[in-house]
Amino acid sequence: MITVSVLTLFSLGFVSAGILAVASKVLYVEEDPRIEVVTDALPGANCGGCGFAGCEAYAIAVINDPNMPPNKCCAGGPDVSARVAELTGKAAGDADPEVAFRRCLKTEGNVAKNFEYFGIMTCAAAKLVYDGPDACAYSCLGFGDCVRACPFDAMWIEDDVVHIAPEKCTSCGSCVRTCPNTILELIPRRARVMVFCSSKDKAKAVKDVCEVGCISCGACIKKCPAKCITQENDIIVIDHQTCLAYGPSCEEACVEKCPRNILRCLNPDLMADAPVMDPARYPEETHVPDLKA
Amino acid sequence: MDIFLLFISAIFVNNIILAQYLGLCPYLGCSKEKSVSIGMGCAVTFVMFMATLLTYLMQKNVLIPFNLGYLQTIAFILVIASLVQFVEMFLKKMVPPLYKSLGIFLPLITTNCAVLGVAIMVHRKELDITTSLLFSVASGLGFILAIVVMASIRERFEISRIPRAMKGVPIGLVMAGIMSLAFMAFKGMI
Repeated sequence: MITVSVLTLFSLGFVSAGILAVASKVLYVEEDPRIEVVTDALPGANCGGCGFAGCEAYAIAVINDPNMPPNKCCAGGPDVSARVAELTGKAAGDADPEVAFRRCLKTEGNVAKNFEYFGIMTCAAAKLVYDGPDACAYSCLGFGDCVRACPFDAMWIEDDVVHIAPEKCTSCGSCVRTCPNTILELIPRRARVMVFCSSKDKAKAVKDVCEVGCISCGACIKKCPAKCITQENDIIVIDHQTCLAYGPSCEEACVEKCPRNILRCLNPDLMADAPVMDPARYPEETHVPDLKA
Repeated sequence: MDIFLLFISAIFVNNIILAQYLGLCPYLGCSKEKSVSIGMGCAVTFVMFMATLLTYLMQKNVLIPFNLGYLQTIAFILVIASLVQFVEMFLKKMVPPLYKSLGIFLPLITTNCAVLGVAIMVHRKELDITTSLLFSVASGLGFILAIVVMASIRERFEISRIPRAMKGVPIGLVMAGIMSLAFMAFKGMI
């Protein structure tokens, strides 16, 4: 009795093992061993900042596509770029480090409120109700969708607007994709001039609701000797690379000229003393509005 | 008509998850997003079909002739586990697109109790091979139904105001119970 059962199970196991062993040889799929190595070199946050579904997807792309630059991983920064370049035998190229930036001065501009919002405490939900509680449709709603989207804990809400810790920000762009008002953007860390408003409204509409909003007067565009300021889709856009290439000889004419004081020149290194980045103001924990009822 | 009844019975009345409480692990684990739950459901259905076929043949040709019915559980687990491993390798080589969509779920199903449950149940019910296979497909469809409905509800939880203590798994478990209660209403149908 026991012999039969032991033998049966043994032979069953043996046959299964044999089939699997043969199958693993016959059905062996050649995988590029570099894929694993490169994936290990990447941070593994799967943030999607490179434009791929995850770190492994980017690793496969960077190995298989000779035109895929090795510096796409913004979360890993130059170190990872160098490592990936070394592993794939590509030229490293310069990754101009970027940082997320909030194009809104809601607190300073005393943006009027249309109504008090009591509902699902997310920006996306608030935005659905008459374009949000703020009178300006391009203001920071302050419910922290971006804070929740940030995989690196680099953002927090304070005074009703989002703040960004540049030393934690890896410019993965998760927040930029989340913001329903599209007021977040990625700018080079060495950017000289930033535009602190993203309103697309007409001058009068902006003036009615905000003390510092962009009125699209175009003074900055006219003043820029490098012609790196343009108006695209009704908002002011600075071509930071051209601006940096031109250098400081213009003495920031655009900042000087802006009647609403929304073009501001911060220290060449954004890390230094920008008002939103004062280390003393980093809270212990990120403050996200509670979603509790 | 019998086949129709078999399907109704396996999908609604004796739903593998909601009435027999088998395969609860993927039911709670893979039901956060609808697309993931559909992938998981399809993978389970596919493996269920293959496993039923194989274990049926084994039961009839090995276990019963040697009078080894008491080895059913362990022998079935062995066969199902190696089958899933084999299917994973096969898909990786032959049908890469299918492997990409189902591949990540396959290792999870290796010892799924819903798969084993269906394989054993067809013998308890003493079904013939055609009916067994139909029964396995129907059970798989019931699994898909339950997990996709669950995922749709849980997607809504994401934007609902839920007390903090209930968020996530607790409300998921409560929801599973309520859904099971709802499916109990089918009990008197057949």
